[in-house]
Amino acid sequence: MVTQQAEPAGSAEAGPVVAAPVIEARGLTKRYRGGQLAVDGLDLTVPDGSVFGFLGPNGSGKTTTIRMLLGLVQPTSGSAGLFGRPMPQAARAVLPHVGALIEGPAQYGFLSGRDNLVRYDATDPTADPRTRSARVDAALERVGLAAASAKKAKAYSLGMKQRLGIAAALLRPRRLLVLDEPTNGLDPQGMREIRALVRELAAEGTTVFLSSHLLDEIEQVCTHAAVMAQGRLIVQGPVAELSAGTRGRLAVTTPDPADAARVLREHGVTGIEAGAGRVTGDLPAVTGDAGDAESTKPAEPADPADLNAALVRAGVRVRAFGVERGTLEDAFVALTGEGFDVAG
Amino acid sequence: MSRAEATGSGADARTSSAGTPGGTPPDPAATGRERSGLWWTFGLFRSELLTTFRRWRTLALLAVLAAVPVLIGIAVKIETSGGGSAGEGGGPAFLTQVTNNGLFLVFAALAATLPVFLPMTVGVIAGDSVAGESAAGTLRYLLVVPAGRVRLLLAKYAAALTFCLAATLVVAVFALATGAVLFPLGDVTTISGTTISFGSGLLRALLVAVLVAASLVGFAAIGLFVSTLTGSGIAAMAATVGLLITVQIVDSIPQLGAVHAYLFSHYWLSFADVMRAPVLWDDVVKNLVSQAVYALVFGSAAWARFSTKDVTA
Repeated sequence: MVTQQAEPAGSAEAGPVVAAPVIEARGLTKRYRGGQLAVDGLDLTVPDGSVFGFLGPNGSGKTTTIRMLLGLVQPTSGSAGLFGRPMPQAARAVLPHVGALIEGPAQYGFLSGRDNLVRYDATDPTADPRTRSARVDAALERVGLAAASAKKAKAYSLGMKQRLGIAAALLRPRRLLVLDEPTNGLDPQGMREIRALVRELAAEGTTVFLSSHLLDEIEQVCTHAAVMAQGRLIVQGPVAELSAGTRGRLAVTTPDPADAARVLREHGVTGIEAGAGRVTGDLPAVTGDAGDAESTKPAEPADPADLNAALVRAGVRVRAFGVERGTLEDAFVALTGEGFDVAG
Repeated sequence: MSRAEATGSGADARTSSAGTPGGTPPDPAATGRERSGLWWTFGLFRSELLTTFRRWRTLALLAVLAAVPVLIGIAVKIETSGGGSAGEGGGPAFLTQVTNNGLFLVFAALAATLPVFLPMTVGVIAGDSVAGESAAGTLRYLLVVPAGRVRLLLAKYAAALTFCLAATLVVAVFALATGAVLFPLGDVTTISGTTISFGSGLLRALLVAVLVAASLVGFAAIGLFVSTLTGSGIAAMAATVGLLITVQIVDSIPQLGAVHAYLFSHYWLSFADVMRAPVLWDDVVKNLVSQAVYALVFGSAAWARFSTKDVTA
């Protein structure tokens, strides 16, 4: 929680002072008793102040990794560290600074939502009992559960349970929030609220480690991302760099696809695919600062407007014209060679 | 989702230092050391007690235990209303005395519930203690709070022992109340034939209740250990209660006499010796030693298992 990390977007790369990573794993490996290799030699670095998206198909080892980071599961080999301290040895000193939502919320159904939070807070020996009531109310307020706080938790909907789980993670000011699928079970409005909350927390300087299977969610809120498949980390880095790996494609909707393809080729567009009423192609080669961390979009050297003008000059009728930006999903598919929801 | 800055604002300087934006980052190591003195407070134990005793299941178990002495009292009253004496056909110890002195219902009820009912309820509470949290998924949240594994285990065991005492006292108090309502109270005739005042009889009844509760210490440790082995609360409860029944059967087979002295339930009924004059402490002490050994062995086993266990539920 240092000043230079106050701005969340892409600043960790640009900042002159690089603080110790909030999460650092080296060669982290877990082989369960059955012999199944869940995590295989994972090297992970989560910079301070980042919103870190953790992606991977079901069964790729994300949750086992999170459990090892939080000291719930003993690594078979390798090391995991939080704030530069080894886990699980330093759990007592480190975990009070970490709020977590792991594999969905869990609560005592026979207690009210509020009493659930009181229970979790009373478990924390470093939490001050004198401020408990105020902190519990503030956390409930923050996730929009204040009105339902007296209801028994078993009567909560999945979305409300999810909110209660997030409230438990926010009982105290945290330096790191680990949120595993935080928008599960929420309606679109709830998802938007959670995303807003994550941005708000990040703006306050909290590092957020967000695992999700929703790629556009990661793309919307995360500054950094890592992709796991079959227990291995495939790639990690700032989101801008990851999605820059796949350049945007030009897409023209036209009743004259053959003419359009010819004109575009003349103007240096490569990889042209002409379909019925639609032509797509890669914009001319990149020469520019693609690694610029300020921009979340890949650099686009050729102005698409000039191409549009050229098409119209050549008498090609254009219905729609635009650049389809490279998404994280494109990057993911390019990396794994498979659809996202395919289990590894 | 209103913006509630107050999350940290209510905290005093010690806690709020952890999250002030723009402030100096707290060194987790330093704060950990600074607060290590607070590690062993009773907060977690109190929370365990509240959580245990606010469950309907716990209250239902206590209600069943409370019903036992009331039923015994009513049965004895009906049986003897025609002028006959109770317990001629056998039954729990002390039953014959109940009609003369209601206080004996305490001893009779404890003798009736100790072999099965009391340990069964303890088996439910202790067996469910860790496995139930694991099944509900709350265990992982308690551990990342962090509750601390050893600390959590100790709090769970302490709560289970408190339940042992509470359960025993429920039986004793309801027996005393039923006895007072249905039967005369007065000076107490001990097993040895001497007479002691009602007051000291009451004190002995309290001592007996505490000894009965102490008899469950070893079994509670077994339940805790079983609870660390599985992720299913039902399985842990069933295994613990099954073990109890097995041990009771083994204890009743004379051919297996060689192992009887080592069974946790073998000296359970030694509490009756408190009603002798003078009190015969031999078996009482053997019972307490046996319970301590069981608690130590299975407590250590639970610790060894739980402190290294991968929490995947």
